[in-house]
Amino acid sequence: MNGNGGSLDPGERATMDQPSIEGEILSDRPRATEDRGHQRPAPRTTLRVVGEERVAAGAPVVWRSLDELADTPGFRERVVREFPRWAPAEWSPPESNPAESNPAESNNDAPDDAGRRDFLKLAGASISLAGLAACTRQPTELIVPYVEQPPELVPGKPLYYATAMTIGGYATGLLAESHMGRPTKLTGNPRHPASLGGTSALHQAATLGLYDPDRSSSISRRGRILPWEAFVAEMAPVLQAFEALGGDGLRILSGTVASPSFEAMMAEVRQRFPRAVWVQYEPINEDVPRRAARRAGLGDASVRYDLARAQVVVALESDFLASGPGHLRYARDFSRRKRVRDASVEPTRFYAFECAPSPTGTLADHRAPVSPSELEVVAQALLDGLGGGAPRQDLPDWLGAMVSTVVDDLRAQAGQAVVIAGDQAPEEVHVLALRLNQALGAIGSTVLVGRPQIAAPAGQEAAFAELVREMAAGQVDALFVLGANPVYEAPGDLDFAGALAKVDLSVHLGLYLDETGDLCDWHLPQAHFLESWGDARSFDGTLTVIQPLILPLYQGKTDLQLLSALAGRERSDHEIVRAVWERGMLQGVNGDSESAWRRVLHDGFWSPPDASSSLYDGGAVAEPAPPAIELLATPPAPGDAAPAAAGAGAGAGAGASELELALRPDPSLYDGRFANNAWLQELPKPITKLTWDQAALVSPRTAERLGVNNTQVVRLSVGRRSLEAPVWINPGQADGVIVLPLGYGRGRAGKVGNGIGSNALALRSSGDGWNLRAKVAVTSRTYPLSSTQQHFDIEIQAEQAAARHLVQHGTWERFRTEPDFAKRHAEHVPVAPLIPDWPYEGYAWGLSIDLSVCTGCNACIVSCQAENNIPVVGKEQVGRGREMHWLRIDRYYEGELDRPSIHHQPVMCQHCELAPCEVVCPVGATVHGDEGLNEMVYNRCVGTRYCSNNCPYKVRRFNFLRFNDARTPVLEMLRNPDVTVRSRGVMEKCTYCVQRINWARIEAKRENRRIRDGEVKTACQEACPTEAIVFGDVNDPQSEVTRWKALPLDYVLLPEVATKPRTTYLAKVTHPHPSLALAGPAGHGSAGSAHEAQIGQVETR
Amino acid sequence: MPQVFPRSANQVVRVSFVLVAVGAAAAGAALWVIDRSPFHTRQGLFVEQSVPFSHDHHTDGLGIDCRYCHTSVETTSFAGIPPTATCMNCHKQIWANTEMLRPVRESWATREPLRWNRVHDLPDFVYFNHSIHVYKGIGCQTCHGAVDAMPLVYQHASLQMRWCLDCHRNPENYVRPREEVFNMDWSPASVGTTQRELGPSLVAEYAIESLDNCSVCHR
Repeated sequence: MNGNGGSLDPGERATMDQPSIEGEILSDRPRATEDRGHQRPAPRTTLRVVGEERVAAGAPVVWRSLDELADTPGFRERVVREFPRWAPAEWSPPESNPAESNPAESNNDAPDDAGRRDFLKLAGASISLAGLAACTRQPTELIVPYVEQPPELVPGKPLYYATAMTIGGYATGLLAESHMGRPTKLTGNPRHPASLGGTSALHQAATLGLYDPDRSSSISRRGRILPWEAFVAEMAPVLQAFEALGGDGLRILSGTVASPSFEAMMAEVRQRFPRAVWVQYEPINEDVPRRAARRAGLGDASVRYDLARAQVVVALESDFLASGPGHLRYARDFSRRKRVRDASVEPTRFYAFECAPSPTGTLADHRAPVSPSELEVVAQALLDGLGGGAPRQDLPDWLGAMVSTVVDDLRAQAGQAVVIAGDQAPEEVHVLALRLNQALGAIGSTVLVGRPQIAAPAGQEAAFAELVREMAAGQVDALFVLGANPVYEAPGDLDFAGALAKVDLSVHLGLYLDETGDLCDWHLPQAHFLESWGDARSFDGTLTVIQPLILPLYQGKTDLQLLSALAGRERSDHEIVRAVWERGMLQGVNGDSESAWRRVLHDGFWSPPDASSSLYDGGAVAEPAPPAIELLATPPAPGDAAPAAAGAGAGAGAGASELELALRPDPSLYDGRFANNAWLQELPKPITKLTWDQAALVSPRTAERLGVNNTQVVRLSVGRRSLEAPVWINPGQADGVIVLPLGYGRGRAGKVGNGIGSNALALRSSGDGWNLRAKVAVTSRTYPLSSTQQHFDIEIQAEQAAARHLVQHGTWERFRTEPDFAKRHAEHVPVAPLIPDWPYEGYAWGLSIDLSVCTGCNACIVSCQAENNIPVVGKEQVGRGREMHWLRIDRYYEGELDRPSIHHQPVMCQHCELAPCEVVCPVGATVHGDEGLNEMVYNRCVGTRYCSNNCPYKVRRFNFLRFNDARTPVLEMLRNPDVTVRSRGVMEKCTYCVQRINWARIEAKRENRRIRDGEVKTACQEACPTEAIVFGDVNDPQSEVTRWKALPLDYVLLPEVATKPRTTYLAKVTHPHPSLALAGPAGHGSAGSAHEAQIGQVETR
Repeated sequence: MPQVFPRSANQVVRVSFVLVAVGAAAAGAALWVIDRSPFHTRQGLFVEQSVPFSHDHHTDGLGIDCRYCHTSVETTSFAGIPPTATCMNCHKQIWANTEMLRPVRESWATREPLRWNRVHDLPDFVYFNHSIHVYKGIGCQTCHGAVDAMPLVYQHASLQMRWCLDCHRNPENYVRPREEVFNMDWSPASVGTTQRELGPSLVAEYAIESLDNCSVCHR
């Protein structure tokens, strides 16, 4: 397939210049329905072919979207104009809104133009009214002091508390910032061993979840609002009756639990109702790895990895750096070995086999797109290879070569190698991964097998299916649902809603009056974790305390409180947790338990005094590796059908309309529980950059075969169940696979999350795993999608593109011989700026970003959003390119369409020393500070947008409308009081978190010292799980940022515009295996060598 | 065809030119004046409070230090408004039954906080920090005026940006020894010197930086 591009004849080559190509298979623009009759017959004039043409012709091979690859007119338009010509469209009726269509098209659309007269009328009216609007006096404000002020609380000074958030039952330690009792910002707890201070976008967005105005706010019975006492009073006789029956017919359903207090309360409940059954069910559960561990002879065990010891990492369908219980710790450990500082320490080498590019996979030195069924073949081939077997012949050449290289590398690094199977990988792959690790001697060193941390690790889905069966059979008299939403979350073959109707008494405790709460007899609002006492274990067993920051906003109850009421002795959640810890963890501590408890609250987690400092000792029993894994055994029966399918997937392709379907947790919405969080909905997905929507992802080749275009709707059917989703073409995805994210199709999520997409869980049957087969039917309809992948695109002149590209990268080999390869592109920079140099004598703030470890996971974006009161704008406005994120992550593809390398580059205000924006502002609203900050003064800004026009990095954001919600009272509590809330008509951009700098400066001055290195951390830096961002004083020779900037890898963006940015980047260093790096220009992951060739060309010119 | 306008109409046009010019100037002047007037700045206007607390009586009369009530003035941005408990420290015993203090007692009894009308109100896009000003030797009296002589507090200064910058650019005109910050009676003359002599040496001693970057206050 690699040869295709080069073998085209000149006649075909000519077609690439025709603008009509963009209407073909792969562009953004929906194909007009009438075109279907007479489609262009030649499938080769597709963007894919054009892209291969360009690669073969030596054209720039780094691209952000398919339009860019084909250089369509639509793409040219977007590059030249910051905002495509859509502004007038705002006044036209929404149905003719062209936001999603091609900008070139919108020029012709007459209905968009509101007309010159309307424009003049509005302009006149706004000028005259603007004068009136300025004539206001500030309203008198009230100061409301305490009656008795808590001694620790000083108005104006935030307090920080250690707490934790659970996802899938596992805790992540957090520090919550509280302003006058309002939690406003979460950061990672740097001492917590399960994260070492990293956070994900989901954690960062939790404060918005707390203040979500759609949260359920009252206890209700079938819609009638009642007090808690009424609930307790009604429950009392019911529970007594159950007590008499021993709990027969009583069922309790919760999410995954890894909480000692919850387990203790459940034990009390069971004491009262011995025959009651507790079922745990969450759609994203560990059933598959658990089954695999049992099959491999490990019994009830959970597997963790110590990546700090791993020199070679092989990921099999695993996004271990960006999702899953341990990803924050893994990201820290992995990135510390992956980043390059000097030539003496060899970085980790990382191979990824996955069906669609994941944030983790983009860091891979060699990434192979393989379908889930093919993955089983690959894993088996790896195992065969390690066992000395002959290489398999049924793999395509490139994949076979990669497999044999991986085998060589694993063998060479045995003991420092690890194979990681992802939670959504097929069961067979998990078994094979365990065998591989056993063969490598990794178990006990890089792979740690221990006791599971969750309460009932046995098959959740089987237990849940049994529960639904019992409910449907009328054997369940009362069901208590604690914090779960089974009506939405149930696999498609289980009619939970129908079964629920047969239950006499159903009680739902949940944050929202959701799909389940709606159907239950009682709904109780649940307390958010920032309102609750609780505890949970982390993936490594660290016992972590959940501490409330605020009283429940809506009289919410915690699951512990409800359980205590069931147990017959209602207690507060604090009482429960304190008592459980008193009896358990704090037993036998030296000194009094109260001070030990205080210590736990302060640290946020429990570090037993006798524990060693080793990572995985906190509460877990790290058993020695059982020898029971039978090496090189033939795969047991259940997976037997798979290899046959795999051969098809790898080769000619499966039946015309049946494809593999991979269901994956959404990177923003997870399993749907965050669907009503607007920060997460608007967050561009790490790879596709889609916002606000679900899309069925397909590879370019598969799209071509199906004859579908971006935004075209397809119907996916599994058995008799089906759903529709728009297609999005995802370069780098395996052919023959459709990837569908979970989390959409919520009916009762709230104003933000309702009615978006379809529920992919409905396609599954219980016990199915995550990789299905689906029939695909193409419809003629399209559905608009808002992707930000082309927004704020920066033009690079074509002939310089390779040498001066924004993303610089090279191989480890190259770094050793020529460490400053990234600096080369700055050689021909004009050096005589118009503005004379300014001596920065005090602090000089600067930031550096290490591209080698950026996974594009988005934690920084949400952290910035929370810190700086950045609003969301909605799908339609995103379509117009008006998203407000101060920090964007540009994702670049490099190389051929089917297996590109993928790079991430966070871009925020570069704080140029010679800033082009400053000189064009007519009102002095953006000026330069003497510490080098490019300052934005909102109160001066009149909204000319000249600055944004003149910014070469396109990092300024304009409030076209009043995006900040100033009307919903509860959202006022969310705002960071140290940052102005901007209104409409104001430009804004990254400030380097100047509020934190000012705070630190005042603190330092009051102590007569300079600001220490590391004292000011920007919000993005703080959130980053891989420590890819560092901020500090570049005048301080000892500071971390100065050390980064002194590395030979340091480079600036667009050196030719001579702006002298304070934000610089460390070039990405990959570590490809020598034998694969030489495999040819189209070899996957050989981007470095292809790139070197490009630079060579430029230089010889 | 007869003339529509008589010759005298020219005069009207000339006069109207002048009137427009004068009117524009007057409007500009009016804006200039209004902008600086107490109507806009609220400078010098007494603010009614639910409890007519007299700083004059408590500070000048009884000699209570500013920091007895404004506890966080040295540690953080907000000087702090005392909780009801601070009032009740004394007023449990003295003047325990006066009508004037009824709201304070009610607040104490019902745990409902007192509500004070804010006197010094900066716009929401301005971030001011008391602690650093106090630390660098800017006296309470410099900005807040003779609060110890105010039966009801009013805003002493205009609090406009030009007023802030006046000091930020020339701190030597206003700085005083740190130990005299809370002394409402201090003046250079009271220690036998002049601000012109004292100011520059204090600026050097306290390393006052004259920060006037926008982002120091606006962010």
